[in-house]
Amino acid sequence: MKIALLGNPNTGKSTVFNLLTGMRQHVANFPGVTVDKKVGKCKVNDQEHELIDFPGTYSIYPRSKDEEVVYHSLCDTESANYPDAAIVVVDASNLERNLLFFSQIYDLQLPVVLVLNMTDVAKKKQKVCRVEGLQKVFPEAIIVEANARVGIGKERILNAISMLDKREGHRFQPETNVAEVDAISRQENETEERFKRIASHLPSIESPIIKKDSGSTKLDRILVHPVWGYAIFAVILLIIFQFIFAFAAIPMDLIDGSFADLSDWIASVMPEGVLTNLITQGIVPGIGGVVIFIPQIALLFFFLAILEETGYLSRVVFIMDRLMRPLGLNGKSVVPLLSSVACAIPGIMSARTISDWKERMITIMVAPLMSCSARIPVYTLLIALVIPNERLFGFMNLQGLVLFGLYALGTLSALAIAIILKWFIKTKEKGFLMLEMPSYKVPSPRNIVIVVWEKVRLFVWDAGKIILAISIVLWALASYGPGNRMQEAGNKAHRMYAEQGYSEAEINQHVASVELENSYIGIMGKTIEPVIKPMGYDWKIGISLITSFAAREVFVGSMATIYAVQDDGELNRPLIEKMRAEKRSDGTPVYTLAAGASLMVFYVFAMQCMATLAVVKRETKSWKWPLIQMGYMGALAYFAAWATFILLS
Amino acid sequence: MAQHLSKISNGETVIVRQIEESSLKVKLMEMGIVEGKELRVLYRAPLGDPIAIDVSGYVLSLRNDEANRVQVDLKPNLA
Repeated sequence: MKIALLGNPNTGKSTVFNLLTGMRQHVANFPGVTVDKKVGKCKVNDQEHELIDFPGTYSIYPRSKDEEVVYHSLCDTESANYPDAAIVVVDASNLERNLLFFSQIYDLQLPVVLVLNMTDVAKKKQKVCRVEGLQKVFPEAIIVEANARVGIGKERILNAISMLDKREGHRFQPETNVAEVDAISRQENETEERFKRIASHLPSIESPIIKKDSGSTKLDRILVHPVWGYAIFAVILLIIFQFIFAFAAIPMDLIDGSFADLSDWIASVMPEGVLTNLITQGIVPGIGGVVIFIPQIALLFFFLAILEETGYLSRVVFIMDRLMRPLGLNGKSVVPLLSSVACAIPGIMSARTISDWKERMITIMVAPLMSCSARIPVYTLLIALVIPNERLFGFMNLQGLVLFGLYALGTLSALAIAIILKWFIKTKEKGFLMLEMPSYKVPSPRNIVIVVWEKVRLFVWDAGKIILAISIVLWALASYGPGNRMQEAGNKAHRMYAEQGYSEAEINQHVASVELENSYIGIMGKTIEPVIKPMGYDWKIGISLITSFAAREVFVGSMATIYAVQDDGELNRPLIEKMRAEKRSDGTPVYTLAAGASLMVFYVFAMQCMATLAVVKRETKSWKWPLIQMGYMGALAYFAAWATFILLS
Repeated sequence: MAQHLSKISNGETVIVRQIEESSLKVKLMEMGIVEGKELRVLYRAPLGDPIAIDVSGYVLSLRNDEANRVQVDLKPNLA
């Protein structure tokens, strides 16, 4: 049987889904929309049922693009997603509003289970629901009580599923053309009628509200306070970023080291040849480049899941909405943008909570401008190279100030571009908030584990495939050149440096450098030299710009190879000395303040990250948005870097 | 005298008189804001927008833009 899981947002619908299906769930797509279709299996009396988790909605009539899935799947009996039965999760503490949607589903004549969830919250609010009263109003529904958050009710729901029976009544036909003016007024009448009917039955279903001021409201007075509200949010952010930056570095270094060791080990046990090179220089580092992001992504979503589960996240949206709105953004844009300071990939993924399509697109489009952690190695190298380690006004460290300036530049341009995009992206839907602020709850560990697991899996499969593919392509371009050109140049360099009495290690470094110069990627670097020259770059920088398309931090490693120095990973002293000594043909240094600053500005703006592009493609379900993004960021990077170079030289 | 919901001060209880005709009307109704319903304004975000209201026991936040479309009558404070 195909069973639809439906309900209002914040009713614990996902918790019920996780309770019934556990880890036996996978994510598929509803055709044509950006919503993930979560499908899980559950077994009742040796019979396997397919459970589809639909997005939470307040009514069968959609209010956003994502909610159309519910509408289309339920109205069209021919739809591939049309269910054989429905489970509707109802928040027992909020019966009146929840019953509106339930009554619509009930009238569709689907065999239906009503899960009266969160009975504990209802009890706290001193509301008592009488199942008998509810049963009288909906005689053909199977009603069960549950408290999914603490794992109560699974058996009852499964038992209810086995009792589901065909219904023969007259099927309610929802309005077919939801956008039509007449249809809207009929929807209003229908909603009014339904609420009248519910209100007339309500006294026999639940006790009147006795206690008015719940604990949530008291806590809210602090959490949305003009001073404390922002201060508490700032502290929470500080803690999260401390974890993401400082503590994630430990597993990340471990992953980095392990993959390097793995490459070395494979190289030592396998016979020399193309296959070994492909594995040790293409595939293993490529997989490493994917796995290294997992600690940050897992940690970020771990914290976000906690904030979401407790109900705090909706308070953040509440206090930030007014500040973000003039920028064409939404209170819900705050989390994606801040996450992008760690890595744009989870940031863009978390933009999914923004129900308004336009605000979500703007958020996704500007998120990669926030300076992510992959830019730090590039900034650090360039700052050490061209910015003197001096104090400004006696107390400010100039290098630190420049680093701060780069972050500020990224953030301010993200906000500025958002304003511009607000004018360009057109939508018929008017943005609105209408957000339910759920009561505070203790987070469920099961839900958090499933959220983290799901995000990591999505990232590894979707972005990972592309990062790996790009790494292999870049490896091939860097390992091969036209004809014997690479080999000949390498052999010549080997002889030359051997004659001059260099050590074996130094010779190998120089050979690698010369080989890279003569590879396809070296030729590409030289080809683009005229284009990047106005920004103050030479072909060596060109090569590194191309290789850092896999991920920005690759820039540093490529520079080390080109300048034939050991990449010591930490301070880059030998590399900096080599780069400082680098001269143009006319004898002037390459890495002047102007060229260095121009390169930093370039990295602030340029979309040098294929993984992000892949995720944007995944989230927007089209190549249009990632291409626009790469185009505008590239143009911005080019002109800003060019202007910087001109101004400073 | 009817007023806009967005103009009601914190802590006041009101009765919904009428919702302005617009595509948002049905959405507001679905959230439980129907004519005759008792609402209580709870608190506001730091810049006075959005506002949080109590709708039969749950907290709903609305932008002032949205709350402006709801005409309400003040309910005399019984306490």
